[in-house]
Amino acid sequence: MAFESFSAFIAMEGHGPYVWTCYGVFLVSVIGLMVWSRQRRRVMMEACRRNYERQGQGPQRAARPTATFARVEVSQD
Amino acid sequence: MWQFFHKLGSPKWFYGIAARLMPWLLVSGALLLLAGIIWGLAFAPKDYLQGNSYRIIYIHVPTSLLAQSIYIMMAVAAVVTLVWRMKLADVFVKAVAPVGLVLTFLALFTGAVWGKPTWGTWWVWDARLTSMLILLFLYGGVIALDRAISDEKSAARAVAVLVLVGVVNIPVIKYSVEWWNTLHQPATFKLTEKPSMPAEMWVPLLLSVLGLYLIFGWLACLRMQTEIIVREQRTRWVKDLVMAGRF
Repeated sequence: MAFESFSAFIAMEGHGPYVWTCYGVFLVSVIGLMVWSRQRRRVMMEACRRNYERQGQGPQRAARPTATFARVEVSQD
Repeated sequence: MWQFFHKLGSPKWFYGIAARLMPWLLVSGALLLLAGIIWGLAFAPKDYLQGNSYRIIYIHVPTSLLAQSIYIMMAVAAVVTLVWRMKLADVFVKAVAPVGLVLTFLALFTGAVWGKPTWGTWWVWDARLTSMLILLFLYGGVIALDRAISDEKSAARAVAVLVLVGVVNIPVIKYSVEWWNTLHQPATFKLTEKPSMPAEMWVPLLLSVLGLYLIFGWLACLRMQTEIIVREQRTRWVKDLVMAGRF
């Protein structure tokens, strides 16, 4: 151990705030990146699965457009 | 040889290889990185000049090295994309660009926080720092350009060209500390010389560098798998994989 006590380890002779800020931001960013990347694969797979299931329910449903551009007559009075 | 090259370009083959490699990459990477960090924080001796603030080196050097290596790997993949039109090379570029962005940000951030007690300032517009900031913008540009073009093939080509143009920045980063008088200290590790530090200081640094490389390998595999699923969702094998529900 390069330090005599735990409090000396935390203080790092006045450099503690700098060192601990760096390590904190580093760990949060790297772990965050890892968790986010994992979640993204799961979300994409679930989206694909929903797609396949919708297609499996029959061509008529899948072929129906989600929106149409038919003109809607709104009464003016 | 050509058969191997062809196989390497097959997304299905890659997906399987990645799945088998990933647990090893994750476990060995996390262990090495943690060992390097703990050793560096608590057991490595204090620097006689900088005191304890130098312990930031155990994350500053790995993130900076990776930030540049990832860009070089992306440039190689960009050449492969342009010359051989290999799909997997483009998948790689898109999968790792956000990782490069985060690591470049971390290199700049840890450098700034290290600079305050060592140089007395968070930031100076010197060559090393400025060229790293340009690298951050290049990563951002690659991600933005890819998102802006909806056609997959045009996006692949445009992104590859941008990556290749930006590669001039890499030697500038590397040699900036030798070409110009800067506040930044010269490289800690050189391939041709023994490190100027004692072993108790550089061995943990080597561990954290290797650990972060392995973690990057895991991230690259995982993110490439995601990209492959999205792109190949019309193929039979992706459908089977997704419907089997092993994720």
